Amino acid sequence: MTSVSIRNLEIRYGQHAVIDKLDLDIRDGEFLVLLGPSGCGKSTLMNAVGGLTDASAGSIHFDGKDVTWADPKDRGIGMVFQSYALYPTMSVRRNMSYGLRIARVDRATIDRKIEWAAEVLQITHLLDRKPAALSGGQRQRVAIGRALVRDADIFLFDEPLSNLDAKLRAELRLEIKKLHKAIGSTMIYVTHDQIEALTLADRIAVMKDGVIQQLDTPLNVYNKPANAFVGGFLGSPAMNKVEGQFSTRDGTLTFETGGFALDMEAYPFEERVETGQKATLGLRPEHIVPADGTSRQLEGTLSLIEPMGSDILAWSDFGGISMAHRLSQEDSYTVGNPFAVNIDTRKASFFDQATGKRL
Amino acid sequence: MSVAELIAPAARRPVTSQQLWGRIGIYAFLGAMTLFFLLPLYVMVVTSLKTMDEIRLGQIFALPRELTFDAWKVAWSSACTGLDCTGLRVGFWNSVEILIPSVVLSILLGALNGYALSFWKVRGGNVLFACLLLGAFMPYQVFIYPLVRFYAQAGIYGSLPGVVLTHVIFGMPVMTLLFRNYYSGLPTELFKAARIDGAGFWMIFFTIILPMSVPITIVAVIMQVTAIWNDFLLGLVFAGRENLPMTVQLNNIVNTTTGERAYNVNMAATILTSLVPLAVYLGSGRWFVRGIASGAVKG
Amino acid sequence: MQTAQLTWHVRRNAVAYLALLPMAAIVVFAYLGTMAWSIRLSFSSSRLLPRNDFVGFAQYTELFGTSRWLTSLENFAFIAVFFLAICFVLGTLLAIFIDQNVRAEGLFRTAFLYPYAMSMVVTGLMWQWILNPDLGIERTMRDMGFSGFVLDWVVNSNTVLYAVVLATVWHGAGLVMALLLAGLRGIDTDLWKATRIDGIPAWRVYAFIILPILRPMIVTSLVLLSISIVKMYDLIVAMTNGGPGNASEVPAKFIMDNLFERANIGLATAASTTMLVTVLLIIAPVLYSQYLGKKGSSA
Repeated sequence: MTSVSIRNLEIRYGQHAVIDKLDLDIRDGEFLVLLGPSGCGKSTLMNAVGGLTDASAGSIHFDGKDVTWADPKDRGIGMVFQSYALYPTMSVRRNMSYGLRIARVDRATIDRKIEWAAEVLQITHLLDRKPAALSGGQRQRVAIGRALVRDADIFLFDEPLSNLDAKLRAELRLEIKKLHKAIGSTMIYVTHDQIEALTLADRIAVMKDGVIQQLDTPLNVYNKPANAFVGGFLGSPAMNKVEGQFSTRDGTLTFETGGFALDMEAYPFEERVETGQKATLGLRPEHIVPADGTSRQLEGTLSLIEPMGSDILAWSDFGGISMAHRLSQEDSYTVGNPFAVNIDTRKASFFDQATGKRL
Repeated sequence: MSVAELIAPAARRPVTSQQLWGRIGIYAFLGAMTLFFLLPLYVMVVTSLKTMDEIRLGQIFALPRELTFDAWKVAWSSACTGLDCTGLRVGFWNSVEILIPSVVLSILLGALNGYALSFWKVRGGNVLFACLLLGAFMPYQVFIYPLVRFYAQAGIYGSLPGVVLTHVIFGMPVMTLLFRNYYSGLPTELFKAARIDGAGFWMIFFTIILPMSVPITIVAVIMQVTAIWNDFLLGLVFAGRENLPMTVQLNNIVNTTTGERAYNVNMAATILTSLVPLAVYLGSGRWFVRGIASGAVKG
Repeated sequence: MQTAQLTWHVRRNAVAYLALLPMAAIVVFAYLGTMAWSIRLSFSSSRLLPRNDFVGFAQYTELFGTSRWLTSLENFAFIAVFFLAICFVLGTLLAIFIDQNVRAEGLFRTAFLYPYAMSMVVTGLMWQWILNPDLGIERTMRDMGFSGFVLDWVVNSNTVLYAVVLATVWHGAGLVMALLLAGLRGIDTDLWKATRIDGIPAWRVYAFIILPILRPMIVTSLVLLSISIVKMYDLIVAMTNGGPGNASEVPAKFIMDNLFERANIGLATAASTTMLVTVLLIIAPVLYSQYLGKKGSSA
């Protein structure tokens, strides 16, 4: 087991900085997910950890030891790729034993390790097949097995599930989580899929333009996004964003938009806001709930409903501002009818309009 | 006609006379072109099977009245180049001796270059490769004289190693391009996975990349065998008198005869010289086209 | 990148650098070095042996006062233009006609492309015989009663270039056909459906939609043919040996003769430098856009 510290890391291609002065500490045995849109530098960062991309500046340490310029094979890592990267001319067994054979591990040990890994991943019956004869899910199991037999201290997963269909993806996601529980190695996992990030991670690092936007637990990243980008990137359907400004009405802090005004006394502000200050309100669809008998914070019109199976995604119009919200599938609704909702303002987010930072 | 027949669409669209004439036109054009392309080969073959007496009568398109393979025997074993009457045989074996090491070496080096250029981030690699490609477009005449002087200094001018080296040099741009393009189509993750597994430069090359290179190697063999067998200039300049390839010998036999030209022998000799590339062409089918195409499409 | 980083980079990739040494050596010595020396010699008064003096542009002045060189340039331009134009038109037509769902497609393809597998020497010899008035088509036609029939291209200095173009087209047209056919087969069938629904006549579809899509194939085939025409030496030697007189002299042959027979190295290298510059000017933009322009960042 190994901790990773990245200090002031910079990776440039020509003038373009893919990773810009990045610091990151990964704890021993932690499952860290690097989450971000394509081109945000997450894969480059992982390649740098694996020693597959040269750093332009800065350093990388494993357990306090500088490995910035160490060869990939000397870093004690195992890596699983999106495209599986199985050696097409070798059988599954030879694929998994390749690294051990190069390291001149003795036959008996190799066999024992492969039997063990194959059992863990339930691929024992596939050992003598060629990769071409396997399905996508089986190939990815083999790829994980290849990393497993190496006794890696750190596992690097580079979008390992992105080439699989939804059902397999969910299945393997669970397996990876179990694997982490079982072997306890440090794991770094790159993905653009927020569900994977939220379900797997101990901590998520949300990246954009080569910079970590927020590094926190899945719950905090989801509930308290550090900025507008993180807020918008996580959550499906996306967070509703409404622009407006703060004002004081009857002594209470209020957020006024073009269509409605909301009492914001309950919101846990992290920064001081002033009357007249412009901001963006971020509201997740599940935090807008149909009004019960006691209070009706907002009145609007139901304009569109999309049944999603487990619940219903609805769009309503509040004074000219359209917002998505969730409805229970057990009730029936009619589009065009007036619709009143309550908003859980404690769970809302405010972002500074200029910097995008959470307020 | 029943109602069902009226409603159901005709199984085949009726052919209009315009379409019919169109089809005839297509086949007429293709047929005429086939004649044009096959004509020289046909003339070669029939003439090589005729006696000189029959050839003197003209009628190059007529089939031979009596089949004789004498011309082929003469061409192979006793046709004369000046005073030397040993036939094309010598040239054939010279060509084989030049061909085998040249093909093997140029392909190995091409694969190695392609691998190093596409998987290893070697500084200056692309500049080097660009220079090499530019060289492929230059007429050989620019390089030949200095090369001759270099070879003379090194003591390999007019020798088998000399001509082999020359083929390796001038085959390198296309071979490198071929393998580089093929390798850049392979997923780089494969290379990364092998690096993490602890494999080094040669280990990855021999255990992972080369086993995956079978298709492109077939293409490369087809291209190099054809190109080197058909070469005239480099063999003429660099091989030396003892190692002249078949093409040079053919030209000598045909264009240096005095007295009446033995057309049947000449044409038999010409066909003999073409047999290797023709066999490669006919045997390789679509691979041949793939070779031509992959040599230059996209980078 | 700082020096420390560079040191690390080289140390980690040392084997890759070593593996590229043969290529680097060949580029530096066999391509760039020889080229530089050829250019250097073109400014000297070298005749049989290289000399180290400097005579400015004297060799170039002499070169462009040599009628044989000027003739060879004119011939080259003539051959290149007609060869490329005819090959392109004929090859395109062949590809389009073959693509009309014809029977025995494989046969046609094989017949049109096999010349490309033959050597230039063989091609030259074949056509020399077929166009030879004493033996080939002219003799046969006259024997058949057309006493006024004339087809003496190879022996007539006014028409010998037609014969050369004919032979080269026979050799190269199949290449254009093969590459364009491969391109045609790669075109999305939905495109054809769309044009049929829009009711666009077939010839317009080919001229304004298909050919532009096939641009990369067209460029590739023309580049390949251009390389072969620049290097064309063996075909001329085998077919006409530059004659009658100087009527089919080409630059490549002019250079070779001056290098090895006329012992006029200065003049020959001046001529080869001229070719080098010409080729460079023509090919550099094509090469750039084709191979390096679209490189992008592969990271």
